[in-house]
Amino acid sequence: MRGRRPKGLASPFRPLVKEGVMRIRDPDRVFRFVCWGLAVGLVALVVGIGLTLLAGSLPSLKTFGLKFLWGRVWDPVNEEFGALPFVVGTLVTSVLALLITIPFALSSGIFLAEYAPPKIAGPLSSLVELLAGIPSVIYGLWALFYLVPLVRWFEMKVGAPPFGLGLPTASLVLAIMILPYAASITREVLRMVPHELKEAAYGLGATKWEVIRRVCLPYGLSGIVAGFLLSLGRALGETMAVTMVIGNRSEMPQSPWDLANTMASVIANEFTEASRDLHLSALIEIGLLLFLITLIVNTVARIIIVRLEVK
Amino acid sequence: MKGLFWRKLKDRLAFFLILILALLPALPLIHILYGILKQGLASLSWEFFVHLSRPPGEEGGGVGNAILGTVMLAVLASLMAVPVGVLCGVYLSEYARGKFGEVVRISADVLQGVPSIVLGIVAYLWVVKPMGHFSALSGAVALAIMMLPVIVRSTEEILKMIPETLREASLALGVNYWRTVLKVLIPTGLVGISTGILLSLARIMGETAPLLFTAFGNPFWNLNPLQPVEALPLTVFKYAISPYEEWIRQAWGASVVLTLMVLGLNLFSRFLAWRLGGHGR
Amino acid sequence: MAAETVVEPREPAIFDIRDLWAYYGEKPAIRSVTLKIPEKRVTAIMGPSGCGKTTFIRCLNRLHELTPGARVQGEILLRGENILEMDPVLVRRRVGMVFQRPNPFPTMTIYDNVLAGYKLLGIKLRREEADRIVEEALRKAALWDEVKDSLHKRGTYLSGGQQQRLCIARALAVKPEVLLMDEPTSALDPKSTAKIEELVVELKQSVTIVIVTHNIAQAGRVSDYTAFFYLGELVEFGPTSHLFTVPRDKRTEEFLKGKFG
Repeated sequence: MRGRRPKGLASPFRPLVKEGVMRIRDPDRVFRFVCWGLAVGLVALVVGIGLTLLAGSLPSLKTFGLKFLWGRVWDPVNEEFGALPFVVGTLVTSVLALLITIPFALSSGIFLAEYAPPKIAGPLSSLVELLAGIPSVIYGLWALFYLVPLVRWFEMKVGAPPFGLGLPTASLVLAIMILPYAASITREVLRMVPHELKEAAYGLGATKWEVIRRVCLPYGLSGIVAGFLLSLGRALGETMAVTMVIGNRSEMPQSPWDLANTMASVIANEFTEASRDLHLSALIEIGLLLFLITLIVNTVARIIIVRLEVK
Repeated sequence: MKGLFWRKLKDRLAFFLILILALLPALPLIHILYGILKQGLASLSWEFFVHLSRPPGEEGGGVGNAILGTVMLAVLASLMAVPVGVLCGVYLSEYARGKFGEVVRISADVLQGVPSIVLGIVAYLWVVKPMGHFSALSGAVALAIMMLPVIVRSTEEILKMIPETLREASLALGVNYWRTVLKVLIPTGLVGISTGILLSLARIMGETAPLLFTAFGNPFWNLNPLQPVEALPLTVFKYAISPYEEWIRQAWGASVVLTLMVLGLNLFSRFLAWRLGGHGR
Repeated sequence: MAAETVVEPREPAIFDIRDLWAYYGEKPAIRSVTLKIPEKRVTAIMGPSGCGKTTFIRCLNRLHELTPGARVQGEILLRGENILEMDPVLVRRRVGMVFQRPNPFPTMTIYDNVLAGYKLLGIKLRREEADRIVEEALRKAALWDEVKDSLHKRGTYLSGGQQQRLCIARALAVKPEVLLMDEPTSALDPKSTAKIEELVVELKQSVTIVIVTHNIAQAGRVSDYTAFFYLGELVEFGPTSHLFTVPRDKRTEEFLKGKFG
């Protein structure tokens, strides 16, 4: 093959050409294989996380079976474990937080996308996203020293037990934490509404509010719902801020003012102290439950988003 | 005419309602920043940055070991997550065709949604339990898993934005694909990829939950990845729920440092992204 | 039909293409092209848009097969060797390419862009040798005088026409036997176009050039031979002067009169 090539050609390439296929072609395959292998590793990681949690939960699963889900007693001393108080705690605080956040997040999103002049909207949105990056433990610290007294004062006013801590405080701090996230998704969704659509409505003599109400919100509805679901997913798994203000009582909450525990907070509180295997396994099973619940919520949100992109 | 009057009134009312609802949540958020600065800046001093903590009851002391530990955890986690994440991103952008690529993308999305405390459990079961004790390494494993999806997806998106003609220019010179990726594509997308890495770093540096039973905390200086290590978020948590006033004061101090680190990283990555958008190239 | 209108060049052929078919998925974009490309001459590939010109030259350095679903059939002999059975990387070292839009590497300086064919492959050059290659390539691309004082600026700071000549220099630096040019002036202003055309005529002393163009006048100005493609088929091939004055196929004639646009 080299014989046919003209003489004075490309001297620096001679060595490359000589070693030919072996040296040049194989690295490409190796590189591709490495990338592929790591991608497989990523998938395996996710599967591995699920399986690890499942394996760790086995002792608890075997002992309690499905009763674990609706067991109302959590008693490490007598090794009786039921997850219902924590499932309720998690669901109540997260859903409450979402409900509190929705009107504010919607308004902020609408304000940033439709009313604020672009020059202000840009920096303001960046600021909102920056706030979303403040570590959770700091929200917790702030809540412990500023929100708790406020809630206690309010509880005394309405005649509720003045813990200060508990479900209402946890829901409030969660609501504050997910708000920047929900607001910025709402803004993004509203910005995707095509201009022609809005102009058509203005052309018909609609007021700004009517355009927002009749054109923008319906157009972005599924995107906004998906955004709120993703926010809910965050709230469900949020640990530190909640752990610091929820009161950490492992009993079934009796009223909305009660002290409680969420799935995440009970893991955070008891995992290092769990000396018996069954206790640890029960905590891991709660982790598995939390994993599954957030997985379901996030998956539903993703499905909505994928459908949106197809449309 | 009356119809128009009512419609206009409604328009005005809606505007004011939205304005008020939009601005109200700024109050707690601004108050958080205010609280951190007011309570925290007061407790900052040179000693605070370089010293170990003192036992309860004694004045002074610092969080030097926690700052060092946080940096160490971030470096360890990056060492694990960056190469893997970037190459996974390369796979998705350059090689993935059809179903398997989708599976990888979905996996990254799922990983992004896993609560951090669950990753703490996993790192405990994978690293702490076999080793028999807590360690910085196990904490870094949990944090690296959190970094991965952000790096993977941002790398993929950046590489996909690079025009096809640049790949062809390199390939037409007889450059093999792997060199094209490493020497043309990644350098061209470097700013964007770094932005993704910095954002993921900012996300994990403030994480506490996955460290509770992995890095665990350590009242002394430690640079050994196989030993437990202190971290700023852990310090904030431990001190915040303690009954000692001096420790609570230090919790505020530690949160200023932590917030500045996280916001600094955030701002820096935004600055890079901004340069990429309008000014770079 | 094609056989009588495709003339054998008088000069020795560097490319001998036999019954070439190129597909995107199931759809053939090139149908049974048989053609000899003469050495050290400029061959223009001409035809209305969508006729397969670009696909054709992308087969000649095996870039075509990078498109997902693309496939090639037949024989392309480069000095007697079938490049379809060679390592594509080796083929591309011998058959360089210049693209429609200038595409210098944005992260590299002018100097490094010219040397990209070496640097990207990790070939270490001695300083003097590197300088010599850069100067030689830039001189050949008629760019040396304009950039010799700013070699260490980014390639992307140059004007469009200069960028395109930088890309030509980059391709020439690795001393290819053939240079493929895919409508190299379509993104340039008339003045830059004229410069590139001059350059093409000059370069044929040292390298074989295959240039794709939909501009009839350009093919007439720069090429020695012209191939006319229509709907993926080679309709006519011959010396440019012949083909332009006495086209043998009716479709060629109509194209030259401007009937296909």
